[in-house]
Amino acid sequence: MADVKIVTETDLQGSSKLKEFVRREIGQVLALGSLVVLFAFFSFMRPVFYSWANVSNGILMSTTVTGLLAIGITFVIITGGIDLSIGTGTALCAIMVGKLVVAWHLNLVGGIIVGVTMGAFVGVVNGILITVLRLPPFIATLATMKAAQGLALIISHMRPIHFADGVKGWDGIAQGNLIPQIPNGVTILFVGATVASIILNKTVLGRYTFAIGSNSEATKLSGVRVNRWLITIYALCGAYVGLAAVVLTSRLGSAQPDLGLGYELEAIAAVIIGGTSILGGKGSIRGTIIGALIMSVLINGLRILELQQEWQYVVVGVVIVFAVWSDNVRRRRAGDVS
Amino acid sequence: MTTAQLLSLEGVCKEFPGVKALNNVHFELNTGEVHALVGENGAGKSTLMKILSGIYKKDSGNITYQGKQVNVSSPNEAQHLGISIIHQELNLMPHLTVAENIFIGREDRRKGRIFLNDTKLNAATTALLEELKLNLNSTDLVGGLSIAKQQMVEIAKAVSYRGEVIIMDEPTSSLTPAETESLFTIIRTLKAAGKGVVYISHRLEELAQISDRITILRDGEYVKTLQTKESSIAEVISLMVGRTVDQDQRPAAFTSDSETILRVEGLSTHNLLKDISFELKRGEILGFAGLMGAGRTELARALIGADPKTAGKVFLKGREVVIKNPSDAVKEGIGYLSEDRKRFGLLLIQNVTFNVILASIPKFKNKLGFMKVRPAAGITRDAITQLSIRTPSENQYAKNLSGGNQQKVVIAKWLTRDCDILIFDEPTRGIDVGAKDEIYKLLSKLASTGKSIIMISSELPEVLRMSDRIAVMCSGRITGILENKDADQNTIMQYATMSEINPN
Repeated sequence: MADVKIVTETDLQGSSKLKEFVRREIGQVLALGSLVVLFAFFSFMRPVFYSWANVSNGILMSTTVTGLLAIGITFVIITGGIDLSIGTGTALCAIMVGKLVVAWHLNLVGGIIVGVTMGAFVGVVNGILITVLRLPPFIATLATMKAAQGLALIISHMRPIHFADGVKGWDGIAQGNLIPQIPNGVTILFVGATVASIILNKTVLGRYTFAIGSNSEATKLSGVRVNRWLITIYALCGAYVGLAAVVLTSRLGSAQPDLGLGYELEAIAAVIIGGTSILGGKGSIRGTIIGALIMSVLINGLRILELQQEWQYVVVGVVIVFAVWSDNVRRRRAGDVS
Repeated sequence: MTTAQLLSLEGVCKEFPGVKALNNVHFELNTGEVHALVGENGAGKSTLMKILSGIYKKDSGNITYQGKQVNVSSPNEAQHLGISIIHQELNLMPHLTVAENIFIGREDRRKGRIFLNDTKLNAATTALLEELKLNLNSTDLVGGLSIAKQQMVEIAKAVSYRGEVIIMDEPTSSLTPAETESLFTIIRTLKAAGKGVVYISHRLEELAQISDRITILRDGEYVKTLQTKESSIAEVISLMVGRTVDQDQRPAAFTSDSETILRVEGLSTHNLLKDISFELKRGEILGFAGLMGAGRTELARALIGADPKTAGKVFLKGREVVIKNPSDAVKEGIGYLSEDRKRFGLLLIQNVTFNVILASIPKFKNKLGFMKVRPAAGITRDAITQLSIRTPSENQYAKNLSGGNQQKVVIAKWLTRDCDILIFDEPTRGIDVGAKDEIYKLLSKLASTGKSIIMISSELPEVLRMSDRIAVMCSGRITGILENKDADQNTIMQYATMSEINPN
């Protein structure tokens, strides 16, 4: 207790700004480094890997849905919570969008609003279960995960909903090219990430996200209405789930009631690989995007190397262990007490 | 029955980083004796007993047990020697039964040593409980028992080791008078069986009833050992506190006609506080003295709405206010600085700026909810200068600061929020001597600028030096409110050890 170290003025002056950044964000720097190394490795093994067609459609496009989910859940994980409902929540939002768009002949904007609102609603339910009923986040969202799974099947009568005759241009949401050469889904992912990053780093909501994850008791005693902010954070996560659902339906041209289960774990894996602490208080959207890209590059590269799918899963498992272990080692060396 | 020396500790020293917890301490225990160990909070009683029971390692000194020099290096070894301890904080597993708790780690196994023999376990427990005349059921879950009954389980567990020495650290702190009486009966039984009992208690009036000798510690040093029959409570108190008080008394920043900022009437809580009433004036430092468990922290938490109240009214500048949660308290300008800064006061893994603005984030946002980073850093730099917080910059993580500087960061948080009433809970706990003085000067400065301060402290010299008035608490009540000029350590100790309110 008494032997706390104090970083002195000279320590800070001695290092340049870049060095300071690298030291502070070493987790992200390492993650980005791994991404580059992986990319170079697969490109060397199979030149087709770095063709733009593979990069845009094979890697970036397949990152969009889990990427958006991972962005949303990053907020929740920084508060020290978890949201297991984002996978089946995606299916429920997709079905609701499909139903309403086809039934009410909504236009594009209407459809997107329905998806995002539905997602936010599921998030509010999670938030209320966690704060008002005081259920642990794991349990609360396990419950909504199952409920969303069931509701998606019930509402759709277990049949996919096709958009073909519904809305004109629905497939363009993900597959069009507002920016030449770049699929809109990818644009949505990066705009979504930028917005999330701004919310997390520049706004009150982001500040409270870190505060709650660092020490929710101290935050509460400082007069912050922790419960309200938690509900808001889960709702924000839900909104990203809704957006992911819209992108998913656009890519598939249909809403599938049974597609979504398991996405939550891929999103959590991306967040963890990206250096966000599962204990809360630390994390970044940039890291999450890097984490999601690492997963996509791995899967895509291993597929091009013709590694069997079973083995791809094993490799992802190993990568998760390695990412979190190296993060722990680094922190212990840095004398991190948390 | 003849008594013989069972245990003796000679010249025991123990140092923690920055603190000399024990310096050359002596202690003896005979067979069939109850030897009380007393001293103020932090005098070193618990440390000494933790050394004896193998939890801490002594730096130097000798322990002689049953005529042989021993080195108690682990709790296991202490048990093996026959020394058992009942800790101040309960160490029970709430999800296990009474029997499972008592015999944890010593369970009877059936043949093959795989399956537990619960029948035998419960029978042994029932026999033990009957022997001690404890009204407990061996198969009850410990988590469902009252704190007093849990305490009884701890006692039964300690006795079950059939050791020669039993150490009881504040065993009566949560017991009612009737339960205390039955504990005394158990102690007398143990005594008659030739066991030695070390009895640590803050309730001095108990010592005359149960102890044979009393040893007093002060600031980690041995003071004196008295024969209980030949001593008085007054003598024990004066030996306990015998320090000289720092002379530079703080000049009063308020006069008796200053505005009353806070008035509390009849505040009670579910399990501890009873009918608490007091007033706090502008520029006043109101000290709250009392022993551990007297209810001072609980009062602060109830006042700011962190714990529920069952009765009582709170008035701010004459206007009644309802404070249901900490957020309400902060809105009314009441800031609470917990004794446990790391758990309740700081975001350790965030930087100084984040911590300083934590309670006033809405002040640092624009209409769209964006944080205004530069004003926040500016305010923090001002606070760093004003309170002389030693940190390389406002971007330093809170966990890298020393205790004194962490405390200043928490103070800066509430000053940034413009709080008029500050509740300091043990403001100098875990802070070294030099930094303490700075905190004292800061408190005086705050009071002289019109802030009103409630200062909860277990250090009497600190209370006497800083407070304009002193409220003394005991067992959830205020037993006296003293003007500083009428207060000294002896008077405060008398009020603090008073179990019932003295009408005079």
